Amino acid sequence: MLAILDYGAGNQTSVRRALEYLGIPCAVTADAAAAQRADGIVFPGVGAAGQAMTALRNTGLDKVLRQAADRGQPILGICLGCQILLERSEENEARTLGVAPGLCRRFADDMLQEDGSPAPVPHMGWNSVRVQQPNPLLRGIDVAAEFYFVHSYYVVPAPELVIATTVYGREFCSVYGCDGLWAVQFHPEKSGKPGLTLLNNFFVRCREKNHAQ
Amino acid sequence: MLSKRVIVCLDVRNGRLTKGIRFAGNKDIGDPVTSARRYYEEGADEIVFYDITASAEARGIFLDVVERVAEQIFIPFSVGGGISSVSQMRDVLLAGAEKVSVNSAAVKNPAIIGEGAAAFGSQAIVVGMDVLAVPKSEDIPSGYEIVIHGGRKRTGHDALTWAKQCQRLGAGELCVNSIDADGTRDGYELTLTKAIAEAVSIPVIASGGAGEPRHMLEVVTGGGASAALVASIVHYGQYSIRSCKEYMAERGAKMRLTW
Repeated sequence: MLAILDYGAGNQTSVRRALEYLGIPCAVTADAAAAQRADGIVFPGVGAAGQAMTALRNTGLDKVLRQAADRGQPILGICLGCQILLERSEENEARTLGVAPGLCRRFADDMLQEDGSPAPVPHMGWNSVRVQQPNPLLRGIDVAAEFYFVHSYYVVPAPELVIATTVYGREFCSVYGCDGLWAVQFHPEKSGKPGLTLLNNFFVRCREKNHAQ
Repeated sequence: MLSKRVIVCLDVRNGRLTKGIRFAGNKDIGDPVTSARRYYEEGADEIVFYDITASAEARGIFLDVVERVAEQIFIPFSVGGGISSVSQMRDVLLAGAEKVSVNSAAVKNPAIIGEGAAAFGSQAIVVGMDVLAVPKSEDIPSGYEIVIHGGRKRTGHDALTWAKQCQRLGAGELCVNSIDADGTRDGYELTLTKAIAEAVSIPVIASGGAGEPRHMLEVVTGGGASAALVASIVHYGQYSIRSCKEYMAERGAKMRLTW
């Protein structure tokens, strides 16, 4: 079972629907004990870092995430979730969870795309990813697959954690992680079959990890 | 680099498509959920549903359609038609839509744009604009006027001024529909699309006039649009989404071709 953390994030229902479509048992929950029992934690997010951190502290889910990381319970951060797993964000100058080393920066306002056209912020739409190191999370996904992005800030995790990058005005990290902790800047729940494959890969990895223990 | 998007438009009345859709070799499909699913599988980058229902009762049926779509398709989709309050926006977003589109209601009450953006973020708010070419005048210096109620009522607003105002108020995207080009299948209104795309920094979706893939290519290259909205060109089995996207990609537009 996967726990989708409920702290009022806008995309939690979409994530639940995608997992249900895949036949993956899941529950949207704010209950710490339920989250701790799950095979893995999906940490969705839409909105601003500062508000999200306040909501996480108020629900105690910040502790759940830190403990999960300490215990090696698998976590998948999505979009804002991906950003606030790192140590801090330029958005509201927020100190974030610090579960993974790195920080989150805002895109510059005057960026250009590769063809010279403006690259306005937010970065919104379908874009490609360049795989920097193979990872089970991306297993079975065509290298030409694209994913759906909506964000104004980008993550800068420790270099060894970078799994894939994307280019929009600049090259930035779009997937990072290590075994047990993954984060994606795009929305796998809105990225068609490649996104569903990624969610399924996460679940498979959670199950393998759970059975190995 | 972002891919240019192909957005399929479906008109819904009382929970059914207003016109049946013919996929290659199939008879008409009237169920919006089935059709949306087919377009999703064919590679549509986004889908927009326009609710042209009048009664409050049929609104409930429409929300049910939105929920069933959200359970089956995993790309962004937006919902428009008759949305005039933040609570109506909330209903469709909670039902699973990624974005809402406001049109006449925004002209009558521009504050709705900012209220929606504050509540759900700019990325969730699309402003649809119906535009008519008119003689240039003091009030309409661009020669393009905003019209409402499906083009029946002129508003006296210049389209370029309105586009900039929408951006300032918090719109995340503009869907620019040319009343003159709509239904002609002679191509999008490139001059209008380009003028608006240059006046704002938010993405512009071109609507009205697509008759062949070449038109879609033109509007995302020369027309400056981020996305091409299509309806009849794909609804009657003439072109598949994939064939349109491949045509555009072969001629240099960045398109999403793997799904």
